[in-house]
Order: sequence, then structure tokens, then C-alpha cells
Amino acid sequence: MDSIILALQNVKDPEIDSISIVELGMLHHIHLEKGELTVELLPTFMGCPALDIIEKNVVNELSNVSGVHTVHVHFVHSTPWTSNRITLRGRESLKEFGIAPPPHFIEGETKWEVDCPYCGSLYTTMENLFGPTACRSILYCKSCRNPFEAMKPISTLM
Amino acid sequence: MDKLATIELLYQLADDDFIHAYRGSEWLGLSPHIEEDVASASINQDTMGHAFMLYGLLSDLGEGSIDELAHGRTNKDQWRNAIVVELPNGPGGYKEEPRYDFALAVVRNYIYIVAKLVKVHSLKESSYEPLKNISTKMSMELFYHHLHWKTWFVQLFTAGDEAKTRMSQALTIILQEAEGLFDMGALESNIVADGLISSKQELIHSFQQYIEPTLKNASIEAPLKIDMKMGNGRNRNHTEHLQSAIHTFSEVYSSDPTATW
Repeated sequence: MDSIILALQNVKDPEIDSISIVELGMLHHIHLEKGELTVELLPTFMGCPALDIIEKNVVNELSNVSGVHTVHVHFVHSTPWTSNRITLRGRESLKEFGIAPPPHFIEGETKWEVDCPYCGSLYTTMENLFGPTACRSILYCKSCRNPFEAMKPISTLM
Repeated sequence: MDKLATIELLYQLADDDFIHAYRGSEWLGLSPHIEEDVASASINQDTMGHAFMLYGLLSDLGEGSIDELAHGRTNKDQWRNAIVVELPNGPGGYKEEPRYDFALAVVRNYIYIVAKLVKVHSLKESSYEPLKNISTKMSMELFYHHLHWKTWFVQLFTAGDEAKTRMSQALTIILQEAEGLFDMGALESNIVADGLISSKQELIHSFQQYIEPTLKNASIEAPLKIDMKMGNGRNRNHTEHLQSAIHTFSEVYSSDPTATW
């Protein structure tokens, strides 16, 4: 099992290559029986075009692990992915890419405090709730004057 | 489980999302400013994703492949979407002088999203487990869609003269067909009896309640009078606008249905 998780760490988000799907919290369940491996993943956004690429990359990475003959990837909808599933290491990996990790969602609150991934300042403004991919927003840091992106908070309270 | 009723409801939900997202995609590169282009493209991508999931559920029930459901139904009589989503974005076409009306886009999107919020809220309690599961997922994304379209709706309605006039005209056009979003056609009693979703009457009631505070902010009289003047899409009544949309979006698929992408 450890070698499987280790191999899955090599599967990065195709659009944010500093973070693995494990750090993103997409891994739901792994089941290995007689060389047949089933990996259950939670999609982040439903229309995300990266899902097909992720599926292919998972199959490629895991086919090389000893004891694994066939790999099946299932996207599961019974458990919803939320932005709280991103690991602490994952939050750091996002910053390395220049993306602020998602702020914590508070019910009824539509303004979030996001600190700049470059200088750490909280003196930032929301430029566009929507960004280059479905999961990101565009912000601007008034301290270091850099535009940057942040992951949207996604919660079951929404 | 009433399989026929389940399939019928899934077609209605999927076709609404698919055609609505298709009309939204026709705005690509044409929005009033770049931020709006980015935002509406993201929202339509999400909505197309919802249609994809819903066609997936139909596929699981033996209705054919997802691609075939989306692109292989070439006759408008095969579609169950409400007429309000098939109406064109304005005069002209995407490739030849699109003189689209942004007021119409804002009003249609806002009314559509509130109707969808109310339906998805009810679907979270659906007796059909797979539909219940994806509804939880949909509602998280709808949260952002709603924030976006509500902001435009209130701002343009409370802005200067031309904005208000055009928004009022657009609202009249959309409300004349908005009832179609809540209708469930001939199988409604089966759909509701099976616990798949609340009744049309209850959904409309929730819609009016949900939208009332926003209408107040925009000085619009409540409750909204909704109708379906051009007919009921759930009974496969459609306009020629849907036929020409199908022709456009299925063109590539029809050229070689066996191709893999």
C-alpha cells in the first residue's frame, strides 16, 4: 500500500504541477485484490477537463508498481470533495506555484481573507471570483503589487 | 423505483443544463469585458459538467452513451429542455455578426440559476440516490454562479436609464417562458409520487420566496408572473431555434460518430 501511495504522489494536478492528487485530497479509497487495483477518486469540480488526464496518469504510474496487474480508476460522487481536504503539505505546494490556498468557508460569509502567496500580506483585493480554471479566483496584492490566484473555498455548507 | 419517471426527470434536468450551457458558450469572447468572459466561461463549463453527470446517470439506466445523448439526438422532438433556454442570445449568429443582448443573458442566467438552486435543494432529498449524490456536488458550484449573476442582475437593474429599460424588457421576455423550467410534463405525478423531486407548485413557491429579497433590492414587483407562452418543452414542443442550435453543436460529432477524442 505504501508503494501505491508513493506512486500516487507522482500524479500531479495537470494544471498545477506542484501539487499531487493525494495532497489535493482527491484520493477516496484504494482496494487491491489479486493484482487488481481499484482507485477511487473525488473530482474537485464536475466539469473539470483535467479528470481524463488524471485518470490516464494514475493508470500509468500505478501499472509499474510491483504486485499490480490492472488498474481501475473510478470517480466517486457519493462523497463530495471539499477544499478542507487539501493537506497542510498541499497548501504549501499551492503557494510554491503562486496560488493562495483556499480560505476556510464560513456559512453566510461571502468575503474571504486571503493572504498573498508571495509576501504573506493580508492587504489583498478580489479582482474576479472566477479565474483561469473553475477552481480558482483572481486577486491582487496591494502590498507587493502582484496579481495572484487563490483556490476557491468549496464546502458542503454551500 | 419508477424507472420511466426517473429517466424522464433526468432528461429534463440534463437537457436544460446542456442547452443553457450551449447558449452560454456562444458568449465566449463576446462578453462586455475580459473578467466577464473568464467568469461566464467558467460557469458554463461547470454547467456543461452538470449535464455530463446527468447524462451519465441516464447512460447507467441504459439510455445510450453520454456522447450520443448530447450530440446524437439530431431532431428537436427528442429533447425535453424548457423553451426558455433555447431562445437565441440575440440577433445574428456566433460566426456572423453576433449582436447579442447582455441584458437578456444576465436575466436568463439569474432566473435560471435561482430555479436550479431551488430544484437542486429539493434533489438533495431525492429518493434516487445517484441523483441525490450529484446534487450535493452541484450545489457547491451553484453557490458561485448565483453570487455572480445576482450581482449583475441587481447592479444593472439599479443602474441608469438604458440599463434599466433593457433589463425590464429582457425580464418580460424570460418570464413569459420561465414556467417551463419547473414543469415536468405528463409524468409529473409519477415523478413526485416516487419522491424524486418536489412538485412543480412547491418548486415555484420556493422560487418566489427565494427571489423576493433580490427583487426588492432591484425595485421589481413580487411575486413574478411566469408563463410558458411558446409551449412546453417537456412535451417536446420546441422552436426552430433549438433545431438550428442542434445542427451547430452536433456538426462535428455527426461528421464521424465513431471517432474517439
